[in-house]
Amino acid sequence: MNEVVLILGMFAVTFSVRYVLFAVAGRVHFPPWLSTGLGFVPPVVLTAIIVPAVLIPQGELWLSWRNPWLLAGLFSALVALVRKDLLTTIVAGMLCFMLLRFGLGF
Amino acid sequence: MCAEKIVAQKSQRALRLAEFLAGAKATLPLIVGAIPFGIIFGTLAEPSGLSALGALAMSLIVFAGSSQFIALGLLAAGAAIPVIIATTFVVNLRHLLYSANLVPKVRHLPQRWRIPLAFGLTDETFAAVSGRYMGSDDLTHAHWFYLGSMLAMYGNWVLCTALGVGLGELFPDMTEWGLDFAMSVTFIGMVVPYLRNTPMWAAVIVAGAMAMATVGLPHKLGLMVAAVCGISTGLSLLLLQQRKVAAQEVTP
Repeated sequence: MNEVVLILGMFAVTFSVRYVLFAVAGRVHFPPWLSTGLGFVPPVVLTAIIVPAVLIPQGELWLSWRNPWLLAGLFSALVALVRKDLLTTIVAGMLCFMLLRFGLGF
Repeated sequence: MCAEKIVAQKSQRALRLAEFLAGAKATLPLIVGAIPFGIIFGTLAEPSGLSALGALAMSLIVFAGSSQFIALGLLAAGAAIPVIIATTFVVNLRHLLYSANLVPKVRHLPQRWRIPLAFGLTDETFAAVSGRYMGSDDLTHAHWFYLGSMLAMYGNWVLCTALGVGLGELFPDMTEWGLDFAMSVTFIGMVVPYLRNTPMWAAVIVAGAMAMATVGLPHKLGLMVAAVCGISTGLSLLLLQQRKVAAQEVTP
């Protein structure tokens, strides 16, 4: 029943964050550095997941141009920089990955 | 009969319905943006180690897109449950700022309203509702607008998750197609738009490097270390920049 614990735990923290101020209905002013700092959270956490996922795709560090996860990851980042569209990035990145992995047998 | 009288006679119910529908409509463009996320979340759930039922339950109960994705990524990497929950907390802390912003608009409502409204306080609904609260002075029924926005978002999120789960069931060998990369590429597409200034670049580079340096830590705790290092780097750089700008403004 690990999933039940996981989902209830995620619910508890998410709902608490969203509800606590509504519940007490008090006026709160956050220091500006806090709101600025929170703006960094999503990209930072996502990057901390991406980097090991593409550099250590199969349990071992794989720093090589033969690593399709790394190559397709760099390519996706390039597409995202140019096109700034999530769906285009996903489709282009997946095509690149499949081509490298299954087409060219990297 | 004069026009004013007709307006006055228009029932409260019609006004509420109008607000409700306007809320749903205002959220529509953001909902369209969320569709691929919901579907991809559902599709990736089982390959990441979350059951089909778990994926649906997560969308129904947690209702927080980016942290649900991150939870999948962490599950796939073998993270411990407390780490996933702690990460969810950190990732969703930004909603505290949203709710602080909205408190003056909802404080007059009874708790039976505030509870569901808080539950539906996603990025998308916050964006739509902020527009409504700034747009007009008559806020008598604005909470119906909020409700319309959140229910449209919620319905779409759950539906798209179900669609994605169904897709995953139809093509069970999708894992072998390199779906673990689908998660990475989705995250890359989400991160890149943030990279608009030096502090953000620095934050992300430090986070990536620290994630590699701490990869051996148990339960994926390195994620927290990397996040804290990245955020403090970015924040310090940004504050330094602001101080510099302020100093230049003072000296002629």
